[in-house]
Amino acid sequence: VKIFATYNIKGGVGKTTAAVNLAYLSAADGNRTLLWDLDPQGAASFLFRIKPRVKGGGKALIRGTKALDDAIKGTDFDDLDLIPADFTYRNMDLLLGGADKKPTRRIAQLLRPLAAEYDHVFLDCPPSISLVSENVMHAADVLVVPLIPTTLSVRTLDQLTEFVAGFSGHRPQVCAFFSMVDRRKRLHLEIIKTLQAERADVAATPIPALSLIERMSVERAPITAFAPRSVAARAYRDLWTELTKDI
Amino acid sequence: MPGLRGFVLEALPGDEEDLFSAVLAVLGQSFTVATDPDARGGGERRRTWLDTFDWRLYRAGLMLQFEQARRGGRLLLSKTDGTPQAEQDVTSWPRRPPLDLPEGPVRDRIAVLISPRALLPIVRAVSTASVTRLLNADGKTVARLTADHITVTAPSRAATTAELAPRLAVAEVRGYPGPARKATALLAGLPGVAYASQDVFIAALTALGRHPADYSSSVAAEITAEMPAPVAVARLLLRLLDTLESNVDGVLRDIDTEFLHDLRVAVRRTRSAIKLLGVVLPDELAAHYKDEFKWLGDVTTPVRDLDVHLLGFDAVAGRLEAASPADLEPLRVFLAQRRVREFRRLATALRGPRVRAIADDWRKALLEIRDTGASRRRRPTAEALALSTTGRAFRRIAAQGGSITPESPPESLHDLRKRAKELRYLLEFFAPLHDPVAYRKVVGDLKQLQDCLGDFQDSEVQRDEIRTLADAMLAERTAPAATLLAMGEIAAKLARSQAEARDEFAARFARFAGPAGRERVRVLLEGRP
Repeated sequence: VKIFATYNIKGGVGKTTAAVNLAYLSAADGNRTLLWDLDPQGAASFLFRIKPRVKGGGKALIRGTKALDDAIKGTDFDDLDLIPADFTYRNMDLLLGGADKKPTRRIAQLLRPLAAEYDHVFLDCPPSISLVSENVMHAADVLVVPLIPTTLSVRTLDQLTEFVAGFSGHRPQVCAFFSMVDRRKRLHLEIIKTLQAERADVAATPIPALSLIERMSVERAPITAFAPRSVAARAYRDLWTELTKDI
Repeated sequence: MPGLRGFVLEALPGDEEDLFSAVLAVLGQSFTVATDPDARGGGERRRTWLDTFDWRLYRAGLMLQFEQARRGGRLLLSKTDGTPQAEQDVTSWPRRPPLDLPEGPVRDRIAVLISPRALLPIVRAVSTASVTRLLNADGKTVARLTADHITVTAPSRAATTAELAPRLAVAEVRGYPGPARKATALLAGLPGVAYASQDVFIAALTALGRHPADYSSSVAAEITAEMPAPVAVARLLLRLLDTLESNVDGVLRDIDTEFLHDLRVAVRRTRSAIKLLGVVLPDELAAHYKDEFKWLGDVTTPVRDLDVHLLGFDAVAGRLEAASPADLEPLRVFLAQRRVREFRRLATALRGPRVRAIADDWRKALLEIRDTGASRRRRPTAEALALSTTGRAFRRIAAQGGSITPESPPESLHDLRKRAKELRYLLEFFAPLHDPVAYRKVVGDLKQLQDCLGDFQDSEVQRDEIRTLADAMLAERTAPAATLLAMGEIAAKLARSQAEARDEFAARFARFAGPAGRERVRVLLEGRP
């Protein structure tokens, strides 16, 4: 199993949109895929029309009184399952903190029994830097980081890379991509050009800012499913191809 | 699919669409229904169920299905309750039998079980499935309904086709057990919708007028103790004729060796029945068909003898000590060539007028006796006939076997073997009239004796055949010296096993015909322990 996590310390950068579309493309390729919506806002769950509720809440999952397996819901798409968000996930830091001796490894540990059942797992992480995000970074094989092309967000990527480099043992591969790119903005294009030239961990495929992507919340489906031939869907497809070329 | 619950639409032909609309309407009360033409599990599916002619897989509690893909397909072995056992991909599949399985898990699981029989297509099914999604108030798919329209065909020569009642199944979406339960309950309450109690395979057989394990080489005639003897004997002989005829096609298509074997057993049983029970048949009828069945038996002998050599070839070659298995290869080639020639003769005979006359006229005569025999003048009951003939056959063996000493010529044992076989057939013919426990005991003892007598005679016959084959191979200059030497070693081994069988005879015979054995036969015939 290969674990992908979409993460950014900032919110509203296209994290959930990426998780939902990439997970859909993974499943469409025939990979048994699971998406865990860790964000208490439950946007990913909403997009798959699944109620953001887990029986017993985050507490039962983190403590292990409810198996992760029992929380899984089938989406409308073949080979794509989802563990819904729950409002109690907002307290997940506390729950993880009280878990056991290795509070930063708990999510990795919980996912282990599912390894045989799925080829790809996606973790859609809430924004912030917290025990949850640290857990996710330890669990992930690939950290998929959406970046809005601003100087500030580039600094964030540096910080993240440094933080991950400090891990002992397993380190996820960091793979950033530009998100919500406005091709009319000169600054966007310049930053993309410079950064793609300078850094190997930035994907060549940018995801444009398109109103069709915002329509996802109306359609309540991945754009790759309801408009597979659109520019946006093709961009996600290219990004997915780039992310998996080494797998 | 998880949580599949099966139903059949018990609509009259033509009304299925109305009934399906009713199904959608009732589901529409609780869900939004949406057809899904691209759904996985939708579209056309081609399946073939396979088994041997004598249902060896089914009798072992197994079913084998071949699911055709665009190229090749997949073999699925399951228990008869549907539990998967093994599966295997196949890249290509022959259009007609024999269907040799390529190596893989399915073959590993069944090869020994079916050997030496070949797999045959029993039923073919083409199904077209349509999938309907059941959505909740959020527009989320919470269950799926699959409707399957299945056409089945019997792949025999006169291919017959039948439509099965459409099948419905509700599949659960993971994490949503409630809606699937709800949909199932809604369907269950609908008139014309019934739980599917039969597997598709069994339903297909039923629709084609067949049932599983509907061939067996055993006698199993439907006779009763009070039935007039001529009626019982006619029923018995008709049953044997059915078995004989049902094997002819498989022999002619040379699908596997056991068709001929079963055909020959039916002929031998018929001959024994005419000989031992023919007194209740019209004299001229028995006399005529005695000769006809002798001819039919003889016609089939050369191919069967060669089959026996070829079937046991690898085992015999593997047991060679002085010679190497490779030395024997010219013999295999010789046997195979001979078989081609002999098979042609056999096929000509089986397709000829004499066989057709036996099949038609014999059946006609037997049917007449079966249907009018009750009013005949001489009419012992089936039971009386069974008791008198079985008792007499046993006494004959006891007397004949009792006079055999270590000095007696081999012919005396060969003759005893024939008598033992006759007794065995009599027991089998009248098996429905006997107490099963007493029957099993007597047959058990008899079988031990027969095996010993069989080893004794077969060793001798095969040794003679090896000698004849060696002569023929020499005459045709197809035998290298190494092959002849290897054949000599086989002959020596046969002589040894014949001697062993002879040593064992006294003990086996004593068990069968000694005081304990006699008592078991008395209990069988008189019914009191």
